[in-house]
Amino acid sequence: MTGNMKYDVVVIGAGHAGVEAGLASARKGLKTLMLTINLDNIAFMPCNPSVGGPAKGIVVREVDALGGQMAKVIDKTHIQMRMLNTGKGPAVRALRAQADKTLYQQEMKRVLEDEQNLDILQGMVDEIIVEGDVVKGVKTNIGTVYDAGAVIVTTGTFLRGEIILGDLKYSSGPNHQMPSVPLADQLKQLGFDIVRFKTGTPPRVNSDSIDYSKTEIQPGDDVPRAFSFETTEFIIDQLPCWLTYTSENTHRIINDNLHLSAMYSGNIVGTGPRYCPSIEDKVVRFNDKPRHQIFLEPEGRGTKEVYVQGLSTSMPENVQRDMLASVPGLENARMMRSGYAIEYDSLVPTQLWPSLETKKIENLFTAGQINGTSGYEEAAGQGLLAGVNAAAKLLGEEPLILSRSDAYIGVLIDDLVTKGTNEPYRLLTSRAEHRLLLRHDNADLRLTEKGHEIGLIGEARYDAFLVKKQNVEAEIDRLRNIRIKPNEKAQAVIESRGGTLLKDGILAFDLLKRPEMDYESIMEILEEDIKISKEEYEQAEIQTKYDGYIAKSLAQVEKMKRMENKKIPADIDYDAVHSLATEALDKLKKVKPLDIAQASRISGVNPADISILLVYIEQGNIKRVNA
Amino acid sequence: MQLETISSISTPVGEGAIAIVRLSGIDAVEIADTLYKGAGPLSSVDSHTINYGHIVDPETGESVEEVMAAVMRAPKTYTREDIVEINCHGGIHTVNRVLQLTLKHGARMAEPGEFTKRAFLNGRIDLSQAEGVMDFIRSKTTEASKVANQQMQGRLKTYVESLRQSILNILAQVEVNIDYPEYDDVEEATTSFLLEEAGKVEKEIEKLLKSSSQGKILREGLSTVIVGKPNVGKSSLLNYFIQDNKAIVTDVAGTTRDILEEYVNVNGIPLKLVDTAGIRDTDDIVEKIGVERSRQALIQAELILYVVNNNESLTDEDIEILDSVSDQKVIVIVNKLDLETKFDTEDLGRRYPDMPVVGTSIINSTGVDELEDRIAELFFEGSIQSTDSTYVSNNRHIGLLEDAKRAITDAIESAEMDVPVDIIQIDLVKTWELLGEVIGEDVSEQLIDQLFSQFCLGK
Repeated sequence: MTGNMKYDVVVIGAGHAGVEAGLASARKGLKTLMLTINLDNIAFMPCNPSVGGPAKGIVVREVDALGGQMAKVIDKTHIQMRMLNTGKGPAVRALRAQADKTLYQQEMKRVLEDEQNLDILQGMVDEIIVEGDVVKGVKTNIGTVYDAGAVIVTTGTFLRGEIILGDLKYSSGPNHQMPSVPLADQLKQLGFDIVRFKTGTPPRVNSDSIDYSKTEIQPGDDVPRAFSFETTEFIIDQLPCWLTYTSENTHRIINDNLHLSAMYSGNIVGTGPRYCPSIEDKVVRFNDKPRHQIFLEPEGRGTKEVYVQGLSTSMPENVQRDMLASVPGLENARMMRSGYAIEYDSLVPTQLWPSLETKKIENLFTAGQINGTSGYEEAAGQGLLAGVNAAAKLLGEEPLILSRSDAYIGVLIDDLVTKGTNEPYRLLTSRAEHRLLLRHDNADLRLTEKGHEIGLIGEARYDAFLVKKQNVEAEIDRLRNIRIKPNEKAQAVIESRGGTLLKDGILAFDLLKRPEMDYESIMEILEEDIKISKEEYEQAEIQTKYDGYIAKSLAQVEKMKRMENKKIPADIDYDAVHSLATEALDKLKKVKPLDIAQASRISGVNPADISILLVYIEQGNIKRVNA
Repeated sequence: MQLETISSISTPVGEGAIAIVRLSGIDAVEIADTLYKGAGPLSSVDSHTINYGHIVDPETGESVEEVMAAVMRAPKTYTREDIVEINCHGGIHTVNRVLQLTLKHGARMAEPGEFTKRAFLNGRIDLSQAEGVMDFIRSKTTEASKVANQQMQGRLKTYVESLRQSILNILAQVEVNIDYPEYDDVEEATTSFLLEEAGKVEKEIEKLLKSSSQGKILREGLSTVIVGKPNVGKSSLLNYFIQDNKAIVTDVAGTTRDILEEYVNVNGIPLKLVDTAGIRDTDDIVEKIGVERSRQALIQAELILYVVNNNESLTDEDIEILDSVSDQKVIVIVNKLDLETKFDTEDLGRRYPDMPVVGTSIINSTGVDELEDRIAELFFEGSIQSTDSTYVSNNRHIGLLEDAKRAITDAIESAEMDVPVDIIQIDLVKTWELLGEVIGEDVSEQLIDQLFSQFCLGK
C-alpha cells in the first residue's frame, strides 16, 4: 500500500514521557510524529502541581544533563521553588518546584511546535501495525495509517482507564478524558503480560473560599533556584503553599462512610502505590494517628484552583465535601473538582530490554506509567531514554543504557526491567545503592558527556561544561598541594568558625574536610580572592569534604563494573546450562539479562547460579576462539 | 586475570594432621605478610618456595600458630593467580583462627568451588572439564547451604533477626526524613541519635562474635589433655569417658575414632581428648613432658585434666607441670578416694587458688558426675543443651559478622566526626545487609516495605 505518511519514529501520547521521547528522537535528526488524544492536554499534570523532590528532583537534573526538556520548562513556569534536605548531606538534597500547570503545558507545547523534525497531531491510536514481530506503523481511530520505523508507547493512565468514585465506575482517562481501549485490547492480543494498577487524586477547591488564617504558610526559598544547568533567568516572585491538618471530625466522617469508599467496597481491583495512599487508607491503616498533614498548593498564577495535597480519595462527591469542611481553613471551601481513583493497564516491565524496547516486538518501545511507574519525573526520564534509543536503533547506534552508578534513571530502569514491580513504582533515594555518587549537584558532571555523545547536548553547552569540570578538578588538585601553617591568620579564621586550633601544618584539602570549615574560610586563610564560580567551588568543596566516602562508593562501583563487563551472549540457551537451579533458570529465561551484573540482581538467582553461568559463558568464549 | 583475594581451609576438616589455609588473588601475598613472621616477608621470597614461620595476630601480637607458608606466584598456580598456602598443624581450632585472621585482614571467604571456578576462568582447567566444574559448584553449594541451614536454626537466627529489625527501624527513620522531609510524624534522626543506636548495634555484634569461640567448642570439640604421673588413673578416666557411652560420632567424616583423638560428650560439650603422650602406650608421662612436642600440646590444650593420686602427696614434678599451665583452664582430679588419703588438698588450694579440685574414685564411678559438672561450668557456666545453637560456629558467618562489625565501627567513627546522617547511613545499611547474609535473607525490598508500614506517607 502506498500513500501513507511515513515517519521514522511515532510517539503515542504527549504526557511527560511522550514529550521527552518525541523531542529526543526529533533532536537526533529523525522525522518524528507525536499523536495525542487531545492537543490541549500536552504535558498535562493530572495530579499534584509539583515537579521534583527527593530522588525525583535529581532525575529532573539528569534529564537536563542529557539534553531533555523538563528542567527548562519548569524553571520558566514555576510559582515556587525550594531546596529540600538542606540540613542533611549533599547526596540527598533535592529541588522541588510548585508548577503553574497551565503555563507548564503552554511552554512545553511551544517547545514541541518549534522543534524542526517533530510533527504533533491530535489523534487516537487504535492499533500498532506489526509484521513478523517487527513494528511497521500505527493506525488511528479514524483509520489513518502512519508508517514508522519505530513506535514509542507512552499512554500513561489512559490505557483502559477507569475512573472510580464511590460506587461509580466508568471508562475514562485521567481528568475525564477519552480512554484508550482498543490499543489496550491489541497489546493483550500481541501477547504482552498486563497488570492493572491504580492511582488517585484529591479534590481541588477555590482559593477565595479558604481561610488561610487557620493554616501555616509554606514559602519558597529566598535564594534563586533552578533545575537546569543552563538556566540564567530566575523567577523572583513566588507564591506560597499552606499547611493544615485533618481533624478528628474528618476521621469520623471517613470511618462512617467507609462502606461507600471505592477502595473498601471491592470496586477497585488494581494495585495502588503504598507511597500515595488515599486518605481512607491512611485513616484505616494508621488509626492511632490523630491527624494527617494537608498541604494547600495553588495550581497556577492564572487560576484560583488549589490542590488539596493529602486528601486523595475515591469517596462519593458529597462525602468529599463533608471531609473538606472538616479540615481547619476549609470549613467553607468550595470544591471545584472532586477527587477520584483511576485504574489502568500497564505492561509487566520485565518484558523490556534495558533500552526500553519490548523483547516481544522489535522497534516497539514503551515509557512512563505503561511501564508500571508513577510520577512525572520518572516518566520524563524513561521517555527521554526511549526516544534516544528508538532513534539509536534506527540509526544503527548502540543504545544508551545508564547503569545504577550513572544516574537515578539507571536505577529506575534497571529495577523495572530486572525486578519488575508489583505496585506503581516510585523512585526513592533508598533505592539507589550509590546515592552519594548520584547527587543533584553533580548531575551535569555525571551525564553531560553522555548527552553530548548521543547528540542532544550542543557544542556551546559542552564546551562550557568542560571548562567547569576542568576548573573543579584543578581547584581540588590545588587544595591538595597547599600546606596551611598554624599561623595567626589561620588560627583566627579557624577559631571564628568554632574549630580546634592547628598544632601542625595541614593540607588545605584536609582542613576543608573539617565539618566547620568551608571553601570561603579556606580562601580567607590563604588571603586569596575567589577566582572560580560559586557552582564550581561548591562542587570542589563537596568532593573534598566527602572524599573518603566517595572513594568507598567508587570502589564498590568498580566491583560492579567488572561484572557489567562480563556480557551474556544474546543467543545463550539457558536450558543448556548444566546445573542451574530451576528458579534461576525460569527467571533468567524471562529477564534475559545483558550482563552478569544484571543477572546477579534478579531475585531468585543466587551466587552459585552466577558462578555456573560464568563458567558456561567462558566455555562458550573459549569455543569461539578455538573455532 | 587476578581477582580480589579469597581464602578458605582447603583440606577436609578434621582429616589428617596438617590443614591448609589457602589464599588466592591479587593481594594473597600481601595479606599473608600482615600475619606472617618469618626470616623475612613472603613478598621477598622466591616463587614456589615453602617458608617456616609463625602466624601472629597483628592486633594482639599473639603467636597463633607455627606454620609452613608456601608462596606460588601467578601464572604457574592452580588458579593462575598468586597463591599462598599456610600449612598448619595445631588442629581445627587454630586453623580456623588463621582463616579468620586472613578474612579480617582483607581476604574474602571463598564461595563453594570458587578456587576451581577461578582455575577454569583463568584458563587453567581445560574445556572438557567445564561441566564438571559447574556440577562441582552446585554440589558444594548445596552441601554448604545444608550445613549453614542446620546451624542457622533456633535462637541464633531469632537473635540476628531481632538485631536486624532494630537496625531497620533506625534506617527507616533516617530514610523517611530524607524521602519525606516535610513529614512531621517522626523525629528528625540526628547524628547523636545514630551514634547512640550504632553503639548498641556494635555491642550486640561483639557479643555474637564472642559467642563464636563457644560455637567452635561445640562444633569442633574442646581439646582436652589428661596429664599426671604414672599410675594415678589416667587410663581409667579415659576409658570411663569412652566406655560410658559418651564417645560421639562427629559429623565430619574421618574424625571418629581417630587414633590420636577421642571425641566424648560431657554435658553437651564435646571434648576432644588428645592423646598427647600416648596415655594408652605408656605411663611414663612425666618424663615425656620433657619432650618438646608434648609440651606444645599441653600449652595448646583448651582444658587440662590433671590427675593426682589421693594415696600420695604432691611432688616437685607435679608442681613443675602445674606451674607451667597455671594460666590455662585446669581441673585437678584427686583420684583413688577409695584408698587412704595422703594428699594435702588444702596445700594444693593454697598454691593454686583458682584451680577447681574434684575428688574421684574412677574405678567406683565416684565423683565423676561432679567432674562433668565442673567441666561444663568452666566453659558455659553450667550445662547446655547440645541442640542449642545460640553460638555462631560457621566460618562464613564469622567472616560476615567481622565485616558487619567493621561497617558499624565505620558508622560510629563517622558519627563522631559529625558527618551528615545520610552518609552514616551508608555503613548502617551495609551492616544490616551483612547481617542479612548471615541468616540468608533477601534484602532488596525490606527497607522500603518497612518505610511504608511504619510511617503514614503520601500525598
